[in-house]
Amino acid sequence: MKIFRNLLDTVKPIFDKGGKLEKLYPAYDAFETFLFVPGHATHSGTHIKDSIDLKRTMAFVVLAMLPCIVFGMWNIGYQYYSAISEESTLIENIIFGFWKFLPLLIVSYSVGLAVEFAFAISRGHSVNEGYLVSGMLIPLIMPVDVPLWMLAVSVVFAVVIGKEVFGGTGMNILNPALTARAFLFFAYPSYMSGDKVWVHGASVDGYSGETILGALASNTSSWDSLLWNASDAFYGIIPGSVGETSFLAIAIGALILIYAGIGSGRIIISTFIGGYLTAYLFNLWGYNALMSTPAHIHLLIGGFAFGAVFMATDPVTASQTNKGKIIYGLLVGFFAILIRIFNPAYPEGMMLAILLMNVFAPLIDHYVISGNVKKRLSRLKLKS
Amino acid sequence: MFCFKGIKYRSKFINLHAKNVYYSMSKNIKLKKGLNINLVGEADKVYASVKFNKNFVIKPTDFHNLTPKLVVKVGDKVSAGSPLFFDKYNDKVNFCSPVSGEITEIVRGAKRRILELRINSDDIISYKKFDFKNYENFSREQLVSAMLESGLWPFIKQRPYDVIANHIDVPKAIVISAFKSAPLSIDNDFALYGMDDLFQKGLDIISKLTNGITHLNLDGNTNSSKAFSEAKGVQINKFSGPHPAGNVGVQIHHLDPINKGESVWCVEPQDIIAIARLFSEGKFDVSRIISVCGSQVLKPRYYRTILGACISNFLVDNLHDGDYRVISGNVLTGEKINIDGNLGFYDTQITVIKEGNEPEFLGWALPGFNKFSLSRSFFSWLTPTKKYDISTNMRGEERAYVVTGQYDKVLPMDIFIQQLIKSIMIEDVEMMENLGIYELSPEDVALCEFVCTSKIEVQSLIRDGLDLLIKENS
Repeated sequence: MKIFRNLLDTVKPIFDKGGKLEKLYPAYDAFETFLFVPGHATHSGTHIKDSIDLKRTMAFVVLAMLPCIVFGMWNIGYQYYSAISEESTLIENIIFGFWKFLPLLIVSYSVGLAVEFAFAISRGHSVNEGYLVSGMLIPLIMPVDVPLWMLAVSVVFAVVIGKEVFGGTGMNILNPALTARAFLFFAYPSYMSGDKVWVHGASVDGYSGETILGALASNTSSWDSLLWNASDAFYGIIPGSVGETSFLAIAIGALILIYAGIGSGRIIISTFIGGYLTAYLFNLWGYNALMSTPAHIHLLIGGFAFGAVFMATDPVTASQTNKGKIIYGLLVGFFAILIRIFNPAYPEGMMLAILLMNVFAPLIDHYVISGNVKKRLSRLKLKS
Repeated sequence: MFCFKGIKYRSKFINLHAKNVYYSMSKNIKLKKGLNINLVGEADKVYASVKFNKNFVIKPTDFHNLTPKLVVKVGDKVSAGSPLFFDKYNDKVNFCSPVSGEITEIVRGAKRRILELRINSDDIISYKKFDFKNYENFSREQLVSAMLESGLWPFIKQRPYDVIANHIDVPKAIVISAFKSAPLSIDNDFALYGMDDLFQKGLDIISKLTNGITHLNLDGNTNSSKAFSEAKGVQINKFSGPHPAGNVGVQIHHLDPINKGESVWCVEPQDIIAIARLFSEGKFDVSRIISVCGSQVLKPRYYRTILGACISNFLVDNLHDGDYRVISGNVLTGEKINIDGNLGFYDTQITVIKEGNEPEFLGWALPGFNKFSLSRSFFSWLTPTKKYDISTNMRGEERAYVVTGQYDKVLPMDIFIQQLIKSIMIEDVEMMENLGIYELSPEDVALCEFVCTSKIEVQSLIRDGLDLLIKENS
């Protein structure tokens, strides 16, 4: 670590004010603060500070995604080898998945961070840590066979239009990772739906790489007649986006986030409750295959769980008040199921539900806050 | 599962104990939100003594928004209780010398702003004589003018704005917190031991300043000493829970919240003793008991000293090696001073902690067994009762708001603090009022600033908001 310190200290003058590359200071600063928590002491306000900072927070969310990442890699391999009807070991599956997932990850981080650095340098502010999480989320919600150039385009769109035009991390209205996915979904629908993209090698004759949601949305078969059962969906041994399939892995991540106090338990739990109740009500109606799919299965399949735990909880785009978070979660769950059931063209209702509620989150907060304001004003009236 | 307010009120009960028959509606309030920061270096409950240091300093900057008008010049002799300066915009409010001696220096800063009045104390303090015989029968007006004249008035502070009380107002209530909950705070039960009578005398005087109730708030987590638990003529309430349960601002919020146009006054227990001494003994005796604490102090102890005293003698040969920071007050709200600096006007503790200017390699990624955090993102959550030696390192850099709901965990008040902060940032006065800025003072949100992931300076923002409202409302 001495080496790093010395290296940083020797190149610093080039980036400091008056140096040759002073404009690139934010880039230098990002590397320096990544390697070393700065030795700044407090100068005003509280003399001591909580150890947490944005880097730790973001790194912790990535940590919570680890089970999904590892399982996702295994599942890529497993689905591939099943598609081509070959036996494979656990290690083979993971290694195969790793080599499929790695390019997605590299493209996502390098393109996204390049855009972030470019904006930081052109605006002269420090590089925010927000993309650490988005950069991991984006490959996890993509089909394994998404073309890399498409991924790159969607990342640029998400970071520029989804975030930087609003002022960067903390200012955006829509969840950047979902913006990337929504962009691809509407711009290149054939690569983001159907039965060929979810499993590598699914173009093999006689094999259908359809997702459960896709199968149900086509309304040709009911849940009971599908190849998969509830435990497949729970463990995640099903086709789907890279990180979204395993309910178990997602649940581990959720527990880490909630227990550490970093993810909002209010949002996660209320999203599940909202989704379950909505699906349960439609069960009673039972008009099409998705409507009659048992309510608890709805929570296991598609991107519902992954969205509830890692997307809906994004503190910047979710409701910010405690009461608001519960209303927001309930509505995310409600709309996710509603869109799934009534719009077979968009069976992945979770993405659209979260984006929709991102837009409405400030409105929810507005009403929660005005309740507090009214209470205060009525207290004042009572007195006078 | 979800607890919106985090606060449970016990039903108000009628206290029929003979001693509290004056007021029958004691409240017992349990606060759940908040945070106790366990620091090493708590002062042992014994008094140590050091050589008397003759350097005393009164800092006009201890009084927010005050423009001092001097009545002394360098070389003047003063007694304890002689006026040094008064408030330029409220000339009845006198600020008096804590000791007798000679004015040695008047330190000025930018724009000739007066920063310090330095006094070289006599060896034996002589007191200006005040004669308030018969003070028990004084009317409210007589008491107020006696306190203004004798230099006691600055001890009375008001909410809103957290400034010296405006003597023209009549507060709707007076709230006294008998305990402090901030890290390493002084234990008033220990400091006021044996002063039961004086404290009661002081309470009798103070409670005449309002037509409403005088609240005396005790620590619900422990048994308070007789001086507090058997006080008469006041309403005794109990507050339990973590810091900031001992802050008057939080207590007022739960007892009788402040609306626009109202004010509540507050006084510190030790200053009530000073008030009682002036009226009963006729002298301006501002002796003060302080604790000298913190991780860098070899022997954290209590000391008997006087307001404005130089603190160097408490720290010489009493510090661990290494870079340190001396704070007059506690680690959340105190002021950084030099080792030969002086005790602040309202402070009852000197805290010395490590200065944290060492960069840490990949510090954000380490497991962090020794890192204190409200979140459980460091492995220190395995040891919840451990005491920490926290240095002054920023532990990150300032960022835009990302995380939400963090402030709500440490502010036991029904206030949307993050939204309030944002309304202050955009100077939306109406929104600030609507969101309850009158109920807050900087010290109440100190924990929000401590826990903030984005390292936003919440206390100074609240101060800015309050200052803006002082301007708007004047």
